Amino acid sequence: MPKLVSHPDEVKIVSKRFGQGAANIDKYVELGGYDSAKKCLAQGPDWIINEMKASNLRGRGGAGFPTGMKWSFVPKQSAKPKYVLVNGDESEPGTCKDHLIFLHDPHSVIEGTIIAGLAIGAKLGFIYLRGEYRYLLEIMEKAVADAYEKGFLGKNIFGSDTEFNIITQSGAGAYEVGEESALMESLEGKRGVPRIKPPFPAVVGLYGGPTVINNAETIATVPHVIAMGGEAFAAVGTPRNGGTRLFGLSGHIAKPGVYELPMGYNLKKMIYEVGGGVRGGRGLKAVVPGGSSTPVLLPEEIENIGMDFDQVGKAGSMLGSGGVVVIDDQTCIVEFALRTISFYQHESCGWCIPCREGTDWLKKALTRFHAGFGVAKDIDNIQYLAENMMGRTFCPLGDAAAMPTLGFVKKFRKEFEDHLNGKPCPYAKHADLAVV
Amino acid sequence: MADVTFTVDGKKLTAPAGTLLIEACRKAGIEIPAFCYYPGLSLQAACRMCVVRQEKVPKLQTACTTPVAEGQVFITESAEIAQARKSTIELLLGNHPLDCPVCDAGGECELQDMTFKYGAGESLYTEAKQHREEQQWSPAVFYDRPRCILCYRCVRMCGEGMDVWALGIQNRGARAVIAPNGGDQLDCEQCGMCIDVCPVGALTSGSYRYKTRPWEMNHVSTVCTHCADGCKVTLGVRQSNDGSTIIRADNRDKSGINGDFLCAKGRFGFDFVESGDRLTKPLVRDAQGKLESATWEHALRFAAARLKEIRDAKGGSSIGIIGSNTTTNEENYLLQKIARTVLGTNNIDHVRTADYATFSRALAGKASRTVGLRGIAEAPAILLVGSNPTDEHPLLAWELRADVRLNRARLYIANTAEIKLERQARAALRVPPAGYTQLTGYLAGGKSSISDTTFRDALLAEESLVVVIGPELSGATLQSLIEWGLGREHVKFALLGDFANSRGAADMGLSPDLLPGYVPVTAPGDYAAEYPNLPRAPGKSLPEMLSSKLGALLVVGADPVAQQNVAPDVLKSTFVIVQDLFLTETAAIADVVFPSASLYEKTGTVTNTYGDLQLAKKAADHAGVKTDFEILVRLADALGADINKLVPFGKSSVTADLGQSRGAQAGEADRHAVWLAAQGLEPKLSPFDPIAVLDEIERLVPGYKLDRLNLFCGNDVATEPGFVPVSALTATATIEPAHDGLFTSGLLSRYSPALKDLEKHQSAVPAVAVAD
Amino acid sequence: MTNETMSVFSTELSARFDKLVAKYPVRRSALVPMLLYAQDEVGYLSDAVIADVADRIGITELDVRNVATYYSMLRFKPAGKYNVQVCTNISCMLRGGYEIFEKFQDELGIGHKGVSTDGVFSLEEVECIGACCWAPAIQVNYDFHDDLTPEQVPGILEQYRAKAAQGGKNA
Repeated sequence: MPKLVSHPDEVKIVSKRFGQGAANIDKYVELGGYDSAKKCLAQGPDWIINEMKASNLRGRGGAGFPTGMKWSFVPKQSAKPKYVLVNGDESEPGTCKDHLIFLHDPHSVIEGTIIAGLAIGAKLGFIYLRGEYRYLLEIMEKAVADAYEKGFLGKNIFGSDTEFNIITQSGAGAYEVGEESALMESLEGKRGVPRIKPPFPAVVGLYGGPTVINNAETIATVPHVIAMGGEAFAAVGTPRNGGTRLFGLSGHIAKPGVYELPMGYNLKKMIYEVGGGVRGGRGLKAVVPGGSSTPVLLPEEIENIGMDFDQVGKAGSMLGSGGVVVIDDQTCIVEFALRTISFYQHESCGWCIPCREGTDWLKKALTRFHAGFGVAKDIDNIQYLAENMMGRTFCPLGDAAAMPTLGFVKKFRKEFEDHLNGKPCPYAKHADLAVV
Repeated sequence: MADVTFTVDGKKLTAPAGTLLIEACRKAGIEIPAFCYYPGLSLQAACRMCVVRQEKVPKLQTACTTPVAEGQVFITESAEIAQARKSTIELLLGNHPLDCPVCDAGGECELQDMTFKYGAGESLYTEAKQHREEQQWSPAVFYDRPRCILCYRCVRMCGEGMDVWALGIQNRGARAVIAPNGGDQLDCEQCGMCIDVCPVGALTSGSYRYKTRPWEMNHVSTVCTHCADGCKVTLGVRQSNDGSTIIRADNRDKSGINGDFLCAKGRFGFDFVESGDRLTKPLVRDAQGKLESATWEHALRFAAARLKEIRDAKGGSSIGIIGSNTTTNEENYLLQKIARTVLGTNNIDHVRTADYATFSRALAGKASRTVGLRGIAEAPAILLVGSNPTDEHPLLAWELRADVRLNRARLYIANTAEIKLERQARAALRVPPAGYTQLTGYLAGGKSSISDTTFRDALLAEESLVVVIGPELSGATLQSLIEWGLGREHVKFALLGDFANSRGAADMGLSPDLLPGYVPVTAPGDYAAEYPNLPRAPGKSLPEMLSSKLGALLVVGADPVAQQNVAPDVLKSTFVIVQDLFLTETAAIADVVFPSASLYEKTGTVTNTYGDLQLAKKAADHAGVKTDFEILVRLADALGADINKLVPFGKSSVTADLGQSRGAQAGEADRHAVWLAAQGLEPKLSPFDPIAVLDEIERLVPGYKLDRLNLFCGNDVATEPGFVPVSALTATATIEPAHDGLFTSGLLSRYSPALKDLEKHQSAVPAVAVAD
Repeated sequence: MTNETMSVFSTELSARFDKLVAKYPVRRSALVPMLLYAQDEVGYLSDAVIADVADRIGITELDVRNVATYYSMLRFKPAGKYNVQVCTNISCMLRGGYEIFEKFQDELGIGHKGVSTDGVFSLEEVECIGACCWAPAIQVNYDFHDDLTPEQVPGILEQYRAKAAQGGKNA
């Protein structure tokens, strides 16, 4: 069972019901659950969208798109039914926040989905969980069934004449399905290959109908935004970065765990104070700030970074999914880069040439390189490969593979050079990484 | 959509708003490279080769998915773009085998071409290429997986284009492969379209692979000899020991009515030409009653002498002529002219696969009421009656699917049995067995046993309609349906028959009662002056000829003994002359047999079932054979006919050089003809030149007022049954649709090992359920 | 498939599938979960499973295979009764994921995608399973085991071995 952690700096909004048995619907209601949905039902779509816009809540999946604006793109009138789709395909290495939400607070996802549905005029929402999260899917299924039983879902939600339904869905192992249009494809029973955009999902989405797709954490935050009021939520964070976020501290951190901290919280403080510093008192070599796809930051780069979308972006990386992976000074960056690229090679859907072939060649080159068979030209070639993937692929997965690779090669070129001339890996632990 | 103006590489271009940039550029002569983009198929944006720079847009954009809008500015070639394309090619070449010297696609490979253009000469990788074994999916289709660049053209062509959906994409990432529906076997229509669209040598053809290099072939665009749709087919021909050999058939020339399309028969069924069963010497029955080889001179002299003897003794009415559905218009015209003016008989017919005579009579005097295939392909609404085009008219089926898919055309189907095209149909009407007679009454709103009124209501709501009629409708049933349509505005018709030139056979007067252009023999009009001695009474039909113990029977490219189930002794006392490629059952009982050339070995015109006239061009040579045209001219000459009257060749002062021969020992005139043909000019210097007869066809045959210049540039031109005289009569004729399937083709397919293999393969793979 | 006896699935699963396909706006939406549930019961996606699922959804077997081969949890060969999936992705790797994987290999005598001779276990190195903050983590079928050390590996195996001996179904 995942351990819950806490720290005094935490501002518990999304995680405030964690560990309190809120998976039980009565407990959830007792803790104020479903009040936001009822309020939204009374206030109507325009009010909801305005609150969401005021909250400065930005997508928690990684791209950080303002949620209120996303919802406002959905046309009011539509010949085809509209849908809400909750993205719980949490697969970005370093990220396990949705895991806790589904486990501890499944009704917040349901309530957020209802509110999103009310905002855009949808009658059906889907909550898609990655296939590996079977036990969490079962928790969600139970929660949905309970909500139907209470009349919170169904033909007449909360006794109104508004209808809203939720279907839970299981994936079957695919990171790429976390991309919103690939998610829709998967939900339509197809290969998880992204769609050409435009049209964007808000106009032509699931089954061709206008669709709002939000990350599970974003959706779970929605009821809290409504409860607090959009402005109050925005006030917790930094400008244009409203509220808190579930940051996952993992890797060589003394106290790993998911911490809810205000947007803009200082990264160095997060590692050294909240997370208790590098495990075993070792030195810090690097930090991956927002899941495996975000470029690595050096210790000197994290001094003054507030963890919000804009500040991390300015520092040359991305806030991403909020998965902070701490790397100590005993770690081989080449090995870390190889493990990262192996993941993207495994998960590339294969649709477009630069990603399919690029990830494959990067993995091959890094495998050989780390095994001690590299030549000087390889370092440039690896950089060249990654540079030529950047911005050229069909969907962001190519960038997600290229960006961290570029970061590793550029910031740790020396470490790559140390592997040359048949020298063994200076940090040798796993001379031959098993090939997934 | 309204036109918009945008800038590409500094040039102002105009195109309808929403046109894809890649298409707009191609039309303006700016070539943007692409592997996955294929016109008419769904967009992929997968290969990333068509990336361009759009002003004010941060990332490179794919031209295949960018609709043009007013004021946009694009750059399609720059150092940045060239680098993007180069690196994509480098990535592909990392795994792509460099077996170009032995690859079928070598020299015709889009990856080669792009490598040539963008470089990628340096290999960045030291790792081994990922090798996977080649697979054979069917007799026609091989898949070389390492060569595959995953552009998904084949998958879409098979699914969207053919509605077969036999190819899929399996696994993901670098392990992704194209996979067939039958495990390691392909259960499909074997059309080979997947091979055709493959930009590299990943999908190769069972009949062509490793046979030659593309540049060793001459490519001749001609007309397919199989069904009546008349696809343009490009034959790849290489010199060989006995003339020249057809190595490949495809549709690299996409200017034909078939555009991209070619079916299994067109693509693989050319090999009958090279069959060991081909006749290469004339045969004459000797005193012992055995067919023995003879010289052309002897065979011609012998045949002519006997014919003359019979004609002079018993009159022309004792001679019968049976023509072919696959010979050219010129040959058919000449055949009936010889019959009527040299042999003096109207006893001439052919196996009628559709009632073109009734069709033409019903439309006589009504111009612009028929529609060619190009017209059908863009019709907004089509009613298909009594046919299964998927099997019998693959090109029509292709065009109907494309019309529905790309133009949102509405297809209505009335048929006694369920057909596959109903998947594309807006509405389907199940006609009771033998119920086509009731169809007109139903459509007219009268009483009928068909109760489904929604079909009729939807159909009648259409502003314009193309009615495509299957061969099941003939005589009065056909006539009444056409009359119903003529009573409405904007209704046009097409009639479906079988074989490459059934329509031409009917148009050219291979009928006992009708002259070319459906002019009645009883009221011959201009023919009276042109055809001295024309008998004025209708002659015998094909069944009548076979049952009336004629003195002589001339059979050109037909096999009545096999086709009409004639008891062999019926023709015992008849002097039978056969011109054919093979020793058919009729040839086997003949007295003289002339080895003739196939459609791929001759020049002339053919008319497809929609009335589109096309020029077939000589592609191959087969030593020993002669065209039916030449055989007929020589036979007429031997009969003492005035050849100058029969074939209006050359200038009036030029005399026939009947001593010349074709092929390797071609005479002076022939070489001159080669030069003329190369210049796109019409030679007509020899009595064996069918184009001379085309002049006469154009002059005399109603409906054949041709756009001649267009025809000689290789385009299809329309004929017009509306010019048929309204006095046209037709006797009730027996209509015998061939009902050939995807791998059968009348008399020819049994001599095509490729088609036989495909049929065997398809009957062996278990039927896969059709998807909803 | 209307005739239950024809189905490769149990009566319960068949009934569940009947409901599942009717649940969505489009029948085909049931495909991905259906394949996973079918695998849970049958152990892998056999030809018969694929044919049955194709029939239930109303698509071709090729279509089912195209989709099924995309998803990494789906397999086409039998696995062990308990499929041990060891995450070695970055967060787990940094905290000893490979040591855990090696320990399982040693204990079971099998490698990546191997199946133990008694058929009780199979082993897989997998990508991130969403337990990064409790690394290193594994899944045995759908059970998570987190914050592991190599020393815990024999105990975990013992636990499932005992279950297998009791004839227990999927954990």
